Amino acid sequence: MAIITEIPTEEYILKCTSACAGCGDSLTLRYVLKAAGPDSVLVMPAGCTAAFQGIYPKTAYAVPVVNIAFGAAAACASGISSLFQATGRKTRVIVYAGDGGTLDIGLQAMSGAFERRTDFLYICYDNEAYGNTGMQRSGATPLGARTTTTPVGKTEMKKDIDAIIAAHNPPYQATASASYPQDLFRKVKKALTFHGPTFIHVLSPCPPGWRYSSENTVEVGRLAVKSGMWALWEREYGKLAISAPTKTAMKKPVPLEDYLSLQGRFKGIDEKTVELLKEQIAENFHSLATREEAL
Amino acid sequence: MKKIVTGNKAVAEAVRVAKPDIVAAYPITPQTEIVETIADYVANGQLASQYIAVESEHSAMAACIGAGIAGGRTFTATSSQGLLYMHEMTNWAAGARLPIVMANVNRSLAPGWNLWAEHTDALQERDTGWLQVYVSTVQEAYDTILMAFRIAEHNDVLLPLMVNLDGFTLSHIMQPLDTVEPGDFIPPIHLPETIDPKNPRGYGTIAGPADYFRFRWEIERSMRDAVRVIEETQAVFSQRFGRSYGLTEEYRCSDADVVVIALGTLGKEAEVAVDILREEGINAGSLRLRWFRPFPELDLAGKDVVVIDRDYSFGFGGVLAHSIRSKNMVNVFSVIAGLGGQEVTYDDIAGFIRNRRIGEEYWFGVNGHV
Repeated sequence: MAIITEIPTEEYILKCTSACAGCGDSLTLRYVLKAAGPDSVLVMPAGCTAAFQGIYPKTAYAVPVVNIAFGAAAACASGISSLFQATGRKTRVIVYAGDGGTLDIGLQAMSGAFERRTDFLYICYDNEAYGNTGMQRSGATPLGARTTTTPVGKTEMKKDIDAIIAAHNPPYQATASASYPQDLFRKVKKALTFHGPTFIHVLSPCPPGWRYSSENTVEVGRLAVKSGMWALWEREYGKLAISAPTKTAMKKPVPLEDYLSLQGRFKGIDEKTVELLKEQIAENFHSLATREEAL
Repeated sequence: MKKIVTGNKAVAEAVRVAKPDIVAAYPITPQTEIVETIADYVANGQLASQYIAVESEHSAMAACIGAGIAGGRTFTATSSQGLLYMHEMTNWAAGARLPIVMANVNRSLAPGWNLWAEHTDALQERDTGWLQVYVSTVQEAYDTILMAFRIAEHNDVLLPLMVNLDGFTLSHIMQPLDTVEPGDFIPPIHLPETIDPKNPRGYGTIAGPADYFRFRWEIERSMRDAVRVIEETQAVFSQRFGRSYGLTEEYRCSDADVVVIALGTLGKEAEVAVDILREEGINAGSLRLRWFRPFPELDLAGKDVVVIDRDYSFGFGGVLAHSIRSKNMVNVFSVIAGLGGQEVTYDDIAGFIRNRRIGEEYWFGVNGHV
């Protein structure tokens, strides 16, 4: 396939990171960096990716990485981006933050940076909980999922961060999945062609957190899309385009139970909660279809 | 050139000639006039900086950190709650060895809401690895900002620097200001190991128990080296521009039997108190501490010491009194005065000195409390 050969063979995550086996986050980062190339700087708040970067004096990443406090990634990136702009440097500024660092503690700084039209790409790798501290609930944890702070399952819906970002009207935003690397690669490439703030929200399955066997990361991520728990789309200057795998899922989704039953975090989920999740999926599909048609 | 300006305007004017690459700031009373003035300079082309109007002080410091790691000269200003809100990032700035210059307009901490001068805001930052200097006049505010960039960016220092000026009693009062053309007094910034994709590094990466303490020691070593750099810089400033500054400002101290020590505008007010007492035959002197970090060596042998704290550490005592006691092994009369803008006149200060009770603590205005 031509599109696969487009993806460079260069690796920017070096061997021997301390990421868990089957880590969806490192898979995501691998393709983000392949798409961005070496003239990039990552700004990274606390999180799994910061934890497996290696220990001083070594680094596991072949691009400069600026570590920064949990709630400060977008603001720190603002400073870097402004200085590069002032000095005419073309180096790409990419925030690489988890769902906690984006939806929760990093929300204010991110909103400010988007409102100020900061020239950067913000990637949220979403494993739907605080993975680095051992899986506590975040705003991104879906309804019904057990975490160490929702021991009987989360009772609230996942926060719709994409709608919040859309309200800032960035020139480009997208969702992606670690299990669809070509789609992810293309979206990162595309995002980096825009001037101004761009956002890609990437579902990144987490074997120890979601409690599935580590060889199933790609399969779990695919089932998320096929069942509709995760939808792939992109939005360019407000124009929504649903990505092919989600179009297929909208025609004929696989049963949600196929996705849930692979994961220990949904063990014991009651029927009523499953129905609520299904309703949410149907609503989301309807909303996507309506918004795409409306254009 | 002579002008008549407020303390805030003097700070902004100094920043204009120091030419930072990035100014990231958030408004807060009584600092706002500084960043408003800088925003004006940027808008009308008098200053070729990028002004980042961040959504919080936490982000102001984070943006300065980002710009610093990318190699830029940075400035911000804040006060009180804003300084506390950026506390996580002030620690980061020092740990990342970035010479960010910040003006902090000293103001008390809520509740209750109080906009007036107090030093507890800055003193809660004393253990962060920032250099701290306290100024007492509009001219000193201007001159110290100019020196701040040169000191902080010196290769033997590379630490952030906070210039403190009292809310309202300095930020909003007008005094004559003599401006200068700094020229090469502030050399171009050259930070080591800035972001370079051709030589990718991790900034602030994980430092384990075998390394972390070494970075802490490096901060302390630079803090000690900073004493020499400050003294050199103040000497060069004096040669170039004719105004002299020390780590402290001493007034009639050499033959004094009793010395009053304070920070900021109260330290300046104390000079008038000293004159009054000298008229009465009391051999008083005033020692205004300019630099609080690094903390200067003082010679207080054989003198009674009165310390005025415009701050407090609850359950312990005045922060400045404690610092003087422990660094100099002297007992002091500790006066707590001026909290939240409480009015303290030179007559009041003369009274503190006249009625000193060495070894005791006295809360000015609190009935019956000693």
